[in-house]
Formats: sequence, C-alpha cells, structure tokens
Amino acid sequence: MTVAVNPSQTGEPVFYLADEHPHPEGYSTSLGFWIYLMSDCLIFAMLFAAFGVLGANYAAGPAPKDLFDLNLVAVNTSMLLLSSITYGFAMLTMQQNKIAQTQMWLAITGLFGVAFISIELTEFAHMIHEGATPQRSAFLSSFFTLVGTHGLHVSCGLIWLVTLMVQVWRFGLIEANRRRLMCLSMFWHFLDVVWIGVFTFVYLLGVLR
Amino acid sequence: MSPDLLKLIFGRLGIDSLPLHEPILVGTFVMVALGGGALFAGLTYFRLWGYLWREWFTTVDHKRIGIMYMILGIVMLLRGFVDALMMRAQQALAFGGSEGFLPAHHYDQVFTAHGVIMIFFVAMPLVTGLMNYVVPLQIGARDVSFPFLNNFSFWMTVGGAVLVMASLFIGEFARTGWLAYPPLSNIGYSPDVGVDYYIWALQVAGVGTTLSGINLICTIVKLRCPGMTMMKMPVFTWTALCTNILIVASFPVLTVVLALLSLDRYVGTNFFTNDFGGSPMMYVNLIWIWGHPEVYILVLPAFGIFSEVTSTFSGKRLFGYTSMVYATVVITILSYLVWLHHFFTMGSGASVNSFFGITTMIISIPTGAKMFNWLFTMYRGRIRFELPMLWTIAFMLTFVLGGMTGVLLAVPPADFVLHNSLFLIAHFHNVIIGGVVFGAFAGINYWFPKAFGFKLDPFWGKLSFWFWVTGFYMAFMPLYVLGLMGVTRRLRVFDDPSLQIWFVIAAIGAGLVFLGILSMLMQFAVSFLKREQLKDVTGDPWDARTLEWATSSPPPDYNFAFTPVVHDNDAWWDMKKRGYQRPLMGFKPIHMPSSTGTGIILAGFATAMGFGLIWYIWWLAAASFIAMLVVGIGHTFNYHRDFDIPADDVIRTEDARTKLLAGAK
Repeated sequence: MTVAVNPSQTGEPVFYLADEHPHPEGYSTSLGFWIYLMSDCLIFAMLFAAFGVLGANYAAGPAPKDLFDLNLVAVNTSMLLLSSITYGFAMLTMQQNKIAQTQMWLAITGLFGVAFISIELTEFAHMIHEGATPQRSAFLSSFFTLVGTHGLHVSCGLIWLVTLMVQVWRFGLIEANRRRLMCLSMFWHFLDVVWIGVFTFVYLLGVLR
Repeated sequence: MSPDLLKLIFGRLGIDSLPLHEPILVGTFVMVALGGGALFAGLTYFRLWGYLWREWFTTVDHKRIGIMYMILGIVMLLRGFVDALMMRAQQALAFGGSEGFLPAHHYDQVFTAHGVIMIFFVAMPLVTGLMNYVVPLQIGARDVSFPFLNNFSFWMTVGGAVLVMASLFIGEFARTGWLAYPPLSNIGYSPDVGVDYYIWALQVAGVGTTLSGINLICTIVKLRCPGMTMMKMPVFTWTALCTNILIVASFPVLTVVLALLSLDRYVGTNFFTNDFGGSPMMYVNLIWIWGHPEVYILVLPAFGIFSEVTSTFSGKRLFGYTSMVYATVVITILSYLVWLHHFFTMGSGASVNSFFGITTMIISIPTGAKMFNWLFTMYRGRIRFELPMLWTIAFMLTFVLGGMTGVLLAVPPADFVLHNSLFLIAHFHNVIIGGVVFGAFAGINYWFPKAFGFKLDPFWGKLSFWFWVTGFYMAFMPLYVLGLMGVTRRLRVFDDPSLQIWFVIAAIGAGLVFLGILSMLMQFAVSFLKREQLKDVTGDPWDARTLEWATSSPPPDYNFAFTPVVHDNDAWWDMKKRGYQRPLMGFKPIHMPSSTGTGIILAGFATAMGFGLIWYIWWLAAASFIAMLVVGIGHTFNYHRDFDIPADDVIRTEDARTKLLAGAK
C-alpha cells in the first residue's frame, strides 16, 4: 500500500490508479499459510487439552511408566530435530540456487522423517502388542490420538516433500516452487515445535507422574 | 451373492435402509424425484449443462460463488423450514391421548435435522455468500486472495448439504439433537448411520468453512485498495474480518470434537464413553467452545449489514464508526469467554458459573453500544423506508427483546429453572431469526440490485416482511410463556390439555412464516419477470456510500476497470461529493485467475468418501481418498492458473456501460 494517495500535481484528488501493477502471484500465500498453521495449531491444542483431561485416566490399565521407553523417544526426537536442521540447509542452498544440493538436503530430510515415522510405528506396535491399545483406557485413547495425529501430519509432510522434489526436478527452482518449499519449511518446523510439546507433556511429564 | 460379498460391496447399506415404510418420506421422495427429474430434463433440453459447468460450477469469480452460496442457503431453508412446520404441527396435535402424526423415531430426526440444517446449511451459506460477494467489492479488489480455494470451499459446503439430504432417503439422520451429545451419540446408544451422517456432513462442510475463513481474512488484510486503512474499511468488511477470524479460531475445534467422536464410534476409543476413563462432559465443553463463537460468526456480519443499511437509508454517515469497530472486536474476543453458560446445570460450581454468567452479561454492553449507534444514525436522518431498512427496524426491536431474555438466561440461578425449556428455544430463535435471518434478508434486498442489475419487487417484499415478522412473534412468544411454565424442549406428546392453545398459536405463527417464505419466492419470480421496470443502470440505486456501488450492476468480471483510491470511510459518497469522473479511456489488460474444475471434483470425492465411511463401504472410502490425493497433487502441477482479460474486452465492457449511463440521463 505504498501507492501515493495524495492529490495529484493539479490539486485534484486521485480516485483511481491509472497505471497499476497486479499483485505478484502468491502475494497472500505466506499470510494464508500462517493462518492455516494457526488453525492446525488449534487442532493440536484441542488434542493436548483432551490429553490433559484424560491423561491420568488409566482405567486400571497401564500407565506411562509401564509403557514409555524414554531412550527410544529420545532417539525419535533427535530424528525429527535433525530433519528440521537439514530442511534449513535445503532452504539455504535454495537461496543460492543450487538445485542438486537443495534436492540432496530435501532427500536427507525425508529420510529422517521416514526414520521418525518408522520408530513411532514400532513403538505403537510394541504397545499394542502388550495390550496397551487405544481402546484400553481414556489415557491411551488420547495418547494415540495426539501422537498419531502428529505422525499423520509428518506423513502428509513426506508426501508433500516428495511431490515438491519432483516439481523442483521438473521445473527447477522457479518462483512458485520456492514459495512452496517455503510453505513446507514452515509446516515442517511447526511440526517440530508441536513435537517438543508432545515430548515434554506426554512423555517426560508422563513418566514423572 | 453371498452375504459376505454383499457386505464387502455395500457395507451396511441394504434394501431395508430405504425408508419404504414411512409414507411421509416416500411421498417426499416422489416429489423430490419428480422435481429433480424435471429440472434435469429441462437443463438437458435447453442444453444448459455446458453453460452451468463453464460459467458457474468451475468459476473462481467471488461474485458467482457468492450467488451460489445464497442459492444453497435458500434451497436448504426450504428443507429446514419444512422440518419446523412438521414439529409445530406435531406439537399442536399431540394432546389428549393423540400421538400426533410423527412417530418418535422420525420426530427425533426432524428436530435434529432442523437445527443442523438451519445453522450449517442455511445461516452459514447465507452469511458466507454475502461476505463472498460484497467484501472484495467493498475493498476495491478484483477477487479474493485464493480464488480456487474459494470454489473448493463452496463445493465442500455443498458436499455436506448433499450428505444431509441423502440421509432423508437413504438410511436416517441422527436422533440426538443438533449437537449430538454423547453418550447418546456414541455407538452404544446410536448404532445406526444417523450420527455418522451428522459427523461426515459437518466434517466435509467444515473443511470448506475453515478454508473460506482463511481466504477472506487474507483478502481483507492483503487486497484492500490504496488509501483504505483499517479504520477506513466499511463496517461490513470489519465484521466480515472478525467473523472470519472467529471461523478460523473455532472450526478446528469442531473438527477435533467430531473426529474424537468418530474415533469412539469407529475404533472404540474412550474419549466420551462412560467407562474406561472417558468423559462425556468434555464433549459438551469442547463443542460449545466452538458453538458459542459460532453464534457470533453468524450475527456479526448481520450487524455489518445493518450498519451499511442504516447509514445508506438514513442518508447519513454511520454514527460512532470507531465505537462500532471496537464493539465488534470486543464481541469477537468475549465470544470465547462465555461457552460454559450453555451448561450451567452441569455442576461446575458456583464460582465457575458466576464467572461465565458475568462474562455473558458483559457482551450485552458492546451490543448495546451498537444498538445506540444505529439509533443515533437514524436520529435526524432522512430515513427511506425501503425493504432493507424495514428489515433493519424489525431487527432492532426483535433483537433487543431476544438480547434481554439472553441476559436473563445468563443469570445462573434463573438458568437452573429455564435450562432446556422452551424459554431457551424462544430466546435463541429470537436472536437468530431476529438477527441473522432478518440481517440476511436485509442484505439480500440491499445487494440484489448490485448482483443482478434490477431491484427486488417491493410489494411482494413487503408482504414477505409482514408475514415473517408477525409470524415470528406469533410462533415464538407462546414458547416464552410455555417455557416459563416449565415445558422442556424436544417433547413429542403432551398430557396437560391447558398447554395446547399456546402450541396452536405457535403453529399458526409458523404458518404465517411459511407464507412469508412463499412471498419471498414470489418476490424473486415477480422481480425477474418485471426486471425491465425494476432495472437500475446507474450501479447505485440506493444512493449508497461504499465502494461496491461505484461499479456497474452487475459488476464486470474484473470488478473495477481501474483499482479505486480511497480517501474516506464512505469512499463512494466521498467520490460522488467531490465530483468523481468515471475514467473513459486508458484501459489496460487485467490479470485474472482462470476457472478450474478441480474444486468440484475434489469435493465430489470428499462427499463420496463421507458416504463410504457412513455405510462402512470401505473400498469406496479408500478409493475416494486416494482419488482426492491424486487430483489434489495433480492440480499442483498446473502452474498456469491465470490469464489476462485483453484491453479490448475491457474497453467494450466499459463503453457499453458509458452508453447505458448516458441513456439513463
């Protein structure tokens, strides 16, 4: 909104732009994506709230102490945190217009993401095998839903990542692709932040409880 | 075929799912089938499908999408209102040992469907439609921020409506009341498809609503024309901004609550169960954290419409613009701090109840400020009693009454007596009809000439107005009385014969409202036939004040040939006063988004997925989900989503307008 709205030289008020330039493509995208992320954040807020209310309702079933292997969770957390760093490297190389390196860092990010999902699924399978199913108690229902929703987001992020890699490969680092990589970057880091909440409130505080 | 194979293909859908034993539904189905068949045949005969597909279904033009939202809202109003008539008739008849004409199984679906349809598929589309149509014009923009998303959002809303309508003839709808409280809505007590229809209809529509909220926020924040600072935005745009913020900040909550309820129903988790540590009360809390803001999502844009109408038809600048904006913002914030007043009787204790009682009463302060602003705008104004103004005056009287009974209900001890009584029903119909519905009608009458280039017929409009207003009072004032006498909501039969007279009066009132709706349909038909007489070529039939009236009616695809520059709150009024001359040359090509069929296709698959999940037709759900993924990702490979309207086309359009304007003088 930097266009002059002052009266023109003749002193007559200006009521329209005789010579305008359309908004560049993607003009509203980053704001829109931020607002979307905030709405997604609310989804997690609700799941955290549900976990806060139900998290101690074990229904005479297993409690966090019996179930959580903090070492495994620590490894898992490091997978996700490392993937955020490598995504950062992808963005840096993107700024320098290095397509091959950007693709490489994106691929590494994806591998960390796959590792994270695999470890999480192993943990879930182990818990279910021990009888700690989502149906067993309200605590487990809210645990699986909160952590599972996060995992689902990471999986969507992975699909998106692969799609973008294909698009970068086919069309190069054009403006539209840069914008998309930027959105995925925000999404990926957002999931990291959410995971820190999960790690703290679900796992660490759960074991303390 | 073996039962196993049938189950694999059709899930739990079978011949017995069709309500062949209910004569009312069979009759309705025959009528719908005949009507739909005639419509289909007509469209095919006149070869309109291609036109509809190219110009409407795939359009990304915010104006056409806005009009389609309004059509959806009005069509669904007819369905929701038939439900209302059936309830009123049932309650007026079911006395003295009579069971009325609706069996419990059907009656419970009727009151649930009525609430769900009226809120989600009538009020929401009407409000969203008006915002979609008007906001970009008011801020001098060419379209919304994300035009494709806008088309997709609309079709998702339609998808939800389609699922609700499908439940009428395939299976059944929920019998739980419009918010589907567990444990009643859980699988143990509602094992059939009704609640699943409810869940997936709202989930599909909810995605659309959330995305359109994001879209309109971005539009208002990023696409205002030069000179339009926040405090120079028209009040309707302000209320639209606040409403969309509320949408984005509350619909995810609904999404989560319904997702958790579906997990309970489909997977067997224990969020809202009575055993294994579940908490049904959490559902009530969560759904009202969405539900209360929802009320303000609906009514804030109505407040905006009344503000525009009052100042236009009083010929005066709106009184207290700044206080109006702040009142809107304060209501936006407070709407999050009152949800518990919907269940004072749940047992939260005196302190919690007092807190929420007081916050609820505080909301009446900014609302009252608005009321006085409208009154002072009218004071010493040269008021023209056109249809939009009539609806506004009816709103002011009705809404004050509804607001006062609301403050009464906000007192927890009083609420303990009145909770879930017909007094409550009367109260919220009083504010929703008096606020949202009257607001939508004021808006329709006000902006119709902008959208179509001719005014709505005042005779049938006034008839509709008087039927609606008198009908409303006759239908709901008796409910206040009954509520005070202790009659609770959702009852099907009554023992006490002394109550019957009140229900009969209410039923007559509903009949009058029905005449009001018919008159409104007549108004549309008559206006269309008399469109030459009612024609407006100036683009500004009401001598109005804001930017949407600066362009032609209907506006060209690109809205404004040149982006306007704004110096004042009442931008168009300012332009008229200072002798603005419409530019006649120097037109340039205009960059616009292209139409796309992706939105309707995606929404179609989403609806099919919902249907598959409702009936446990897993292959259909999975296939539709994968199809959505493929189409969605495929869409991102299209990098060329816009085009230029050539300067020649702009010149032709603008020259045509110049001729029309010259002819008008």
